[in-house]
Amino acid sequence: MALKFPIYMDNHATTPLDKRVLEAMLPYFTQDFGNAASRTHAYGWHAEAAVEDARDTIADYIAAESGKEIVFTSGATESDNLAIKGVAEYYKGKGNHIITTTIEHKAVLDSCKRLEKEGYTVTYVSAGRDGLVNPADIEAAITDKTILVSVMLANNEVGTIQPIGEIGAITRKRGVLFHCDAVQGFGKTPFDVSRMNVDLASLTAHKIYGPKGVGALYVRRSKPRVRLVAQMDGGGHERGNRSGTLNVPGIVGFAKAVSIFKQEGVAEAERIRGLRDRLHNAISKELDSVFLNGHPEKRLPGNLNLSFSFVEGEGLMMAIKDVAVSSGSACTSASLEPSYVLRSMGLDEELAHSSIRFGLGRFNTEEEVDYVAQLVIGKVKRLRELSPLYEMHQQGIDIKSIQWAAH
Amino acid sequence: MAYSDKLLDHYENPRNVGTLDKDDPSVGTGLVGAPACGDVMRLQIRVSPEGVIEDARFKTFGCGSAIASSSLATEWIKGKNIDEAAGIKNSQIAEELSLPPVKIHCSVLAEDAIKSAIEDYKAKRAARLALDGAAEAPTNSASAPISL
Repeated sequence: MALKFPIYMDNHATTPLDKRVLEAMLPYFTQDFGNAASRTHAYGWHAEAAVEDARDTIADYIAAESGKEIVFTSGATESDNLAIKGVAEYYKGKGNHIITTTIEHKAVLDSCKRLEKEGYTVTYVSAGRDGLVNPADIEAAITDKTILVSVMLANNEVGTIQPIGEIGAITRKRGVLFHCDAVQGFGKTPFDVSRMNVDLASLTAHKIYGPKGVGALYVRRSKPRVRLVAQMDGGGHERGNRSGTLNVPGIVGFAKAVSIFKQEGVAEAERIRGLRDRLHNAISKELDSVFLNGHPEKRLPGNLNLSFSFVEGEGLMMAIKDVAVSSGSACTSASLEPSYVLRSMGLDEELAHSSIRFGLGRFNTEEEVDYVAQLVIGKVKRLRELSPLYEMHQQGIDIKSIQWAAH
Repeated sequence: MAYSDKLLDHYENPRNVGTLDKDDPSVGTGLVGAPACGDVMRLQIRVSPEGVIEDARFKTFGCGSAIASSSLATEWIKGKNIDEAAGIKNSQIAEELSLPPVKIHCSVLAEDAIKSAIEDYKAKRAARLALDGAAEAPTNSASAPISL
């Protein structure tokens, strides 16, 4: 099969819609287009039935007790905002302290920052050099004012899978609510809200080959019953937790995407892990000074975050424009700061600037992996020929020994 | 981000990549930027006794705009005398390559690299003249300045 360019290897950012998902969604645009809140006619009943089915499918997949624990949202950013701000507001009489980590998604971090401005206190626990959060650090941060702990299932940059079960055991024992931003790991690594004692979980469809614009927040209804203050006022949809007409085709697509994972997820993870390792091995065999970011084993199957020492990430991405990836380099953002995730893990800034994130997914092939490996090897070699730092390295000069002028 | 054809050409076919002997008295070396900032440029010039830049070489760690800016800088300064070369402004580089606003700092770095290489050459020459003219050599001229 001929390769299609650019080759998509940015599946942490988003994934293409699976055609089976699209097929499941289509009738809900034109035939069963009813408003799920319409109680007076069949259009509404059909839409409502489809939504309730979807709720049950998603709840079952994360081992929730009931579909009633699923609140549909517009996506993970909204779910994170609703979980953190909704809990903080409801439980403010109980305490004002929240614990999260420095490597969370901005939707979590910026929700916490907003709450700090409103008088809440937030502790940001650091991850280790391998991207792992130590549950003991979470436990040590808990005070009698702590109302919520929020830790992600898997990191979006380095793919490190966090010890959610261990953290959940601590929060349950200490009587603190536990929110998990499960967006990146959901479907790709086991996630079980019952066994892991998760009280709230953010999910989204577009990272699992479903449509954009639809997500969910799991909200535990018993032991403990979690209460939220809604952040969106209106018709009182979703048991008052999130007003707004439901995105029925999106919700149907979300559930279809989940049911595909239920059938194929385990085998798929194995296949993608194989492709990921093939890419890593091919690159490592040909290039020196390439470093893996994140934990070597506790990592999403499709994640490969590498720092190519002495080569700047955006410069490299420009050279490998046949492949769609992303970089922790400053140059990819307007901020001119390299990835806050890599820096908070304690990575040298030079290595953060040199990082490329490959995100493999369902539709990548062995042929693509082999092509990308050769492309990357060739271009890194070329750029190192252009790099004064690589020349110094070869001459045995330690670039850290040089007094650089920051600019 | 869409880049100009000129920028892409300099990035894909960089001119004057390489290294000159930094200990050669006719060579000036400028090393600017910092790895932690994601940009390091090393620009070197070989200057004739008449003060004309006969050769220029660069190596750059950085994004495509940084590589293209330094490549263009070496192309422009070759054949110029050092005072003309020192007059090259970052805005001229930015304009030639149509750098987007977030990449203007790459052209600033290229201008600094040119100036730094010329200063290094001048410092070496001054030291040599002093050595020729006096019994004692000044001690402040040995290394390439790293400045911004």
